[in-house]
Amino acid sequence: MRPVLIGAALLLALAACGTGQPSSPGSVTLTIAANSISGGKNSESADWIRTWVIPEFERSHQNVKVLFQPSGVEDEQYKTKLSLDLKSKTGADVIDVDGIWVGEFAQAGYIKPLAEVGGPTVDGWEGWSQIPQAVQGLGIFDGKKYGLPQGTDGRVLFYNRTLFKKAGLPEPWQPASWQEIIDAGTKLKAAGVPVPIQINAGTAMGEATTMQGALPLLTGAGSEIYTTGKWTGASQAMKDVLGFYQQIYSKGLGDPKLQQEAKGRDKSFAQFAEGKIAILAESDYFWRSVIEPKAGVAPMAERDAVVGYAKIPAKQPGGGIRGQDFVSMSGGAVRVLNPFSKNPKLAWELLAFMHSAAATKSQLAGQVRISARDDVNAEVLTADPMLKYIAEEVLPITAYRPPLGVYPQVSVALQEATAAVVSGASPEEAAVAYQTKLERLVGGAANIAG
Amino acid sequence: MITDAAGLGRARATAFVLPALVLIAVFLVFPALWTIYLGLTDYRLTGLQAANPQVVGLDNYTSALGDPRFLSSLWLTVAYVGGSAVIGQAGLGFALAWVLRTRRGTVRRLVEGVVLLSWILPSTVVGFLWFALLDRDGGTLNALLGTPGFAWLLDHPLLSIIVFNTWRGTAFSMMLYSAALENVPPSHLETARLAGANVFQQLRDVVFPLIRRHVLTNLLLISLWTFNDFTPFVLTGGGPEGRSEILPIYVYNIALRGGELGLGAAVSFLILLINLVFALAYLRLLRGRRRQEATAAAGGPPA
Repeated sequence: MRPVLIGAALLLALAACGTGQPSSPGSVTLTIAANSISGGKNSESADWIRTWVIPEFERSHQNVKVLFQPSGVEDEQYKTKLSLDLKSKTGADVIDVDGIWVGEFAQAGYIKPLAEVGGPTVDGWEGWSQIPQAVQGLGIFDGKKYGLPQGTDGRVLFYNRTLFKKAGLPEPWQPASWQEIIDAGTKLKAAGVPVPIQINAGTAMGEATTMQGALPLLTGAGSEIYTTGKWTGASQAMKDVLGFYQQIYSKGLGDPKLQQEAKGRDKSFAQFAEGKIAILAESDYFWRSVIEPKAGVAPMAERDAVVGYAKIPAKQPGGGIRGQDFVSMSGGAVRVLNPFSKNPKLAWELLAFMHSAAATKSQLAGQVRISARDDVNAEVLTADPMLKYIAEEVLPITAYRPPLGVYPQVSVALQEATAAVVSGASPEEAAVAYQTKLERLVGGAANIAG
Repeated sequence: MITDAAGLGRARATAFVLPALVLIAVFLVFPALWTIYLGLTDYRLTGLQAANPQVVGLDNYTSALGDPRFLSSLWLTVAYVGGSAVIGQAGLGFALAWVLRTRRGTVRRLVEGVVLLSWILPSTVVGFLWFALLDRDGGTLNALLGTPGFAWLLDHPLLSIIVFNTWRGTAFSMMLYSAALENVPPSHLETARLAGANVFQQLRDVVFPLIRRHVLTNLLLISLWTFNDFTPFVLTGGGPEGRSEILPIYVYNIALRGGELGLGAAVSFLILLINLVFALAYLRLLRGRRRQEATAAAGGPPA
């Protein structure tokens, strides 16, 4: 019995090794890694790579075999996996990363500027002239280009029109202040909606807490997390943000447990789709990839009729950064080259191919989104009113995260502050604890404002 | 007294043990030393300190020992080991072994089969089964008890993982105790019964003295395993707010999720020390027992 088992295990192990090897002598294998998987997270992007990128690239490059290495996990886990891959000088040749990781990866030497890896053809690439400067910034660290941006996004408040009607709220809805969000939540609760408002909080949701909750609120309170060389500490704006969290989660307008659960964000998506959550702050990713009627992870067949969207208001009109009435935050994913790739020049060819106008258009055929390329956006964005809204109304008022290596740690400190408030601490206590952590992270109170 | 019983000679004996020693050096001693070194640096998973870690001395140790999260994690681990290994697995395992010792046939095979099954299933599979059982929305347990929306994993995270691990690991204790109980001569128990001893007295005066070494060995093994057990991560991820963050999960969270590899290494070394203390304490107990038996056998009065 035992020798048979060992034999079977050996065979399996050998077969597993086999998939990583070149298929025939003289041929070259390139690998693409992304946090997307067919039938799961970012399904359409995985399908696009499998059914379009790989066959098309292999057709024009004989003797090149392209493999796709899918993942379908939380962003933090995916990042850990990538760091370990790159630390051991292995991993895929073309890698999908969140723009905000570029700084810390570059500082660690895990990624190198594109021109250093891909050679002189990088700077002459036709696509650069099509990508707006702000979007190119997603892949830039210390003035050097490390990655090609895939597009950008914007954050808004999504709401369920059916539930709003039930609660007697106006439609279309556009709150002008935080108080109006609370007022709507109170009415929704009175009308029997189980979870009126979902603003991400806590550490379990990771960066989604910072990006969908803490930072848009902070900009709405008139403060950026990092400006003119200083980080925002326990300022009045920060206390206002935490106070807003307290208003939602201590009065039953939100579900505190959902913020603590290991799969809380996925559950919040499902609950919104089931009509249990009325207002939810998310990026347009939610619209095109989560509640999308066909390919979404929590599809809503009646999405276009039922789901409305509104800009995130400042605390009070004119109270946002730059004196704005409304605010948003933007980010976006980029693709980088693995500096330890055995075929860096070919990997750049593949990367550039994936960002060509033809490739971008074919990706958008599966799912409309705001791509990095102006020429493609002009053609396709008219197809989806929601994305047109993001491009025309939200992107002009948006803000970006600081491209600094220490930012992800500051982000965790912010998440912990919101977690404390949700589980009952006062905004003052949470703000003080946040300030203490921040001082340790950024090297003392001298680098902190407020 | 012959010291070279096998007649190998020093050189050949060395050649025989050398491969094993090399393996131990490469896979055990070197990583342990490397952990000690990393624990003295500010090494990180990403960022500047990933490329150029600096030696920071004992900073990691002082900040770990002063971190309330580490101390609460240590207490959680002690509670987890005490609750799930010492009381749960060893207690339940012995109870099952005791009840089943006189039974033969279907009942015994069925119970043993079920207990063994929970032991041999892969951790991730078991983790997701229990997640489905305890889940707040649509979990099986809530459906059975008629308590929809009760968040077991959020309201009682430590209790949940203790019950989980008891269920998971009882098989080992049960099998070990079953084998040990076979060694208890039935005549001793019969004599005790005839003398009027109740079950508790039989256990205390007849069974435990005979299987004491098995009990200690079992406790040593399962408490070390449980102390280093990572499986609860699948259930709670250490949450909510660290209320089920036992030490192995704490190390994972700070080292890999938080990226502080240096601090993680320092805490790992502290865990290693705690494990050593555990092991030494049990070994002392075992050796003390053996010495007592030896003196009893050599110097005792003729029977």
